[in-house]
Amino acid sequence: MLSLADLQPGQQGTVTAIQGDDQITARLYEMGLTPGCKAKYLGAAPLGDPLEFEVRSYRLSLRKNEALRVDVIVD
Amino acid sequence: MSATRLPNPSLSAPASELTVALVGNPNTGKSTLFNALAGMNQRVGNYPGVTVEKKIGRTKIENTRVIVIDLPGTYSLSPKSPDELVTFDVLAGRKPGEPIPQLIICVVDANNLERNLYLCSQVLEMNLPVVIALNMVDVAKRNQIEIDVAKLSEKLDVPVIPIQANRKLGLDELRRAVISARESASLRHAVFSTEFLTTIEPVRNHLINARPTPHADFLARRMVLDTSNLVAESQLDEGLNVKIEAAREILRKQHRSLAAIESIARYRWIENLLEGVLARQDKQAVLWGDRLDKVLTHRVWGSLVFVALMAIVFQAIFAWAGPVMEGIEGLVGIASDWVTRTMPDGMLKSLVADGVMAGVGGVIIFLPQIFILFFFIAILEDCGYMSRAAFLMDKLMSRIGLSGKSFIPLLSSFACAIPGVMATRVIENPRDRLITMLVAPLMSCSARIPVYVLLIAAFIPNTSYLGGVLGLQGITMFAMYSIGVVVAVIVAFVLRKTLLRGPTPPFVMELPEYKFPGISTVMRRMFGQGWAFVKRAGTLIFCVSVIVWALAYFPRHPDTEAGVRASFAEAREQVELKIAAGDGEPEELDQLQQEIDNEVSSVYLQKSFLGQMGKAIEPLVLPLGWDWKIAAATIASFPAREVIVGTLGVIYSVGADADEETELLRDRLRNATWDGSDRKVYNAPVALSIMVFFALCAQCVSTLAIMRRETASWRWPIFTFVYMTVLAYVGALITYQVGSYFLL
Repeated sequence: MLSLADLQPGQQGTVTAIQGDDQITARLYEMGLTPGCKAKYLGAAPLGDPLEFEVRSYRLSLRKNEALRVDVIVD
Repeated sequence: MSATRLPNPSLSAPASELTVALVGNPNTGKSTLFNALAGMNQRVGNYPGVTVEKKIGRTKIENTRVIVIDLPGTYSLSPKSPDELVTFDVLAGRKPGEPIPQLIICVVDANNLERNLYLCSQVLEMNLPVVIALNMVDVAKRNQIEIDVAKLSEKLDVPVIPIQANRKLGLDELRRAVISARESASLRHAVFSTEFLTTIEPVRNHLINARPTPHADFLARRMVLDTSNLVAESQLDEGLNVKIEAAREILRKQHRSLAAIESIARYRWIENLLEGVLARQDKQAVLWGDRLDKVLTHRVWGSLVFVALMAIVFQAIFAWAGPVMEGIEGLVGIASDWVTRTMPDGMLKSLVADGVMAGVGGVIIFLPQIFILFFFIAILEDCGYMSRAAFLMDKLMSRIGLSGKSFIPLLSSFACAIPGVMATRVIENPRDRLITMLVAPLMSCSARIPVYVLLIAAFIPNTSYLGGVLGLQGITMFAMYSIGVVVAVIVAFVLRKTLLRGPTPPFVMELPEYKFPGISTVMRRMFGQGWAFVKRAGTLIFCVSVIVWALAYFPRHPDTEAGVRASFAEAREQVELKIAAGDGEPEELDQLQQEIDNEVSSVYLQKSFLGQMGKAIEPLVLPLGWDWKIAAATIASFPAREVIVGTLGVIYSVGADADEETELLRDRLRNATWDGSDRKVYNAPVALSIMVFFALCAQCVSTLAIMRRETASWRWPIFTFVYMTVLAYVGALITYQVGSYFLL
């Protein structure tokens, strides 16, 4: 299973699930990363982390650690 | 009933009052709308962060007096931090002493409808009339986003009003909608399944039985769904807890995770809602914001732009403020001269000229720099760059165990630690929040600018390098700011490894669209902060100036003066004889007279309470290169560090001849000598040692008080005070010892 952190710049994936059941998981869901949602990887910050995604037509920034929790299927 | 209805006399008066709450995601222009609605008629907390403090405004719509509450921007009503709990508690009328909202205006960014409607869908369940303000419709149009507003309003069954808050467009329509919606019935949207609602039924019933509330449905959902338990905590009893856990148990069996239930249901509802409402043209041309973002978050260019921006800000504080400062300095000088000439000699004159004028005047001078700093901070914040700064800085901040989110409170602390400490509320993780708060006062705040500017201008040569691009004075200023940052990094790292260990918290942040900063927003913030500073200068600093003056003036025994004059009697006689013999010039007598007056002032000061205090600790500060006068001024500036400039003004103007031209404090410092010798007190190492001390010391009662409020204990403010004072002493000691080895 791939995660958001595995996408290449410009690549888009569809969210299938988010691992865990804590505050972080809840926040990721709230920000729109629900199953079926598309997420496009735009690039990383100059120091390699965090990562920037386009989700529900806005820009969301996540650390690799959180992106790893989000399972995706590459489109 | 109708038979007994009598004409109501109160009907002729303004009809009624209405309390309206403004809610919305961050970066939706909510504060701009609030300002447009309330105008000047608003009450803001003493130290406003951007949306952290609660703001209450008043306005009148038709005959209705309207109270507008501006709540902090939030993505969800499911509170995950104390900040978000405030929003929830105010909306639900659970905050004692606060007006209870009767209507909610939900501010929605038209460019980001999907995610913004998440909060809306929660707000719609609150059993209150709702009006949706669809903001930034012009930008949406430019981005080729088409919204069928009528259809959206129809499907939601609430008024949806397109507005452009920054240009004050659509506000009349919004006001009318608020008035006509006030009585509207609450609605039921089927977001959750019947199965879910049945599961949480026992919690809901328990709440209704415990105490009547119009929000029982909503509260029950929050209590079951929010694993943070922040909502439930305030009214948790054994029975409720059992019912919540029972409901969660059932839900966990039915669903993948508790965390997913609400979001999946709401986003599904939103997707259905937007069917046929929202049309997005496929992006063909790359938007300018995208192009800008490519550069500003680029590995090389992004970092360069960031460093360049910070450098420009510092340079501007120095270069641009100069002429205005000289103007203010001139005005204070004129006023002071006038007082000196018109008032009769005595205690009152000394109080006004040496206490009030010197103290407050010396601080007002720095107003232009505070304006410039807040001008930049407001622009960076309003145009959307601040979030990019957090994005760029996150990796660096995570090295010391913090997140990019700590960057904004820390950057704000460069202006003032008080809004900085308050801004830490946006950090969800309590440990992160505490660490950020504890190191925030190490950032060189605007109150340190007076100290730096005075000492740099007086003792650091104005040498420039690279053809005038870099100046030694600017570099010194930058070094002072850097010291605070470096020490903060070390302290944060040590705290993370010792007192405050724990796992690294997450970093989930929106990068808002770039926009042109709103002039009125920037001006409001700039003048708001400037005014806050003036108020401080007018109240706290005024009080401290008077106290310090009193400490320096009393005890004042006439014998002291008589004693000094008597000791000079012989010298005076000799000069008089010399002049009488035609051997000397009359100026010699004037010179001696001046010398005697200065000696009188000096002896008075030495014998004053402040002088005694300074002398008592002189052995302690000698290794820092300080004399007792610096020690006394430093003691006086523990309540508020900017007071040191005023205090030095008082110390060095005591005994100044009334007819003499007003000297600049700078020159007086340059000419100050050690008692009983010609050796100058101040030189570059001493100036640097004082600056380092002030860079690191916790000399601000207000910051410590805010910390106590935010942490609800004296433990952390006391900790901060102790660790910073120790660091300041050690830092100043090293600076002076190393500095005098290399520079003297």
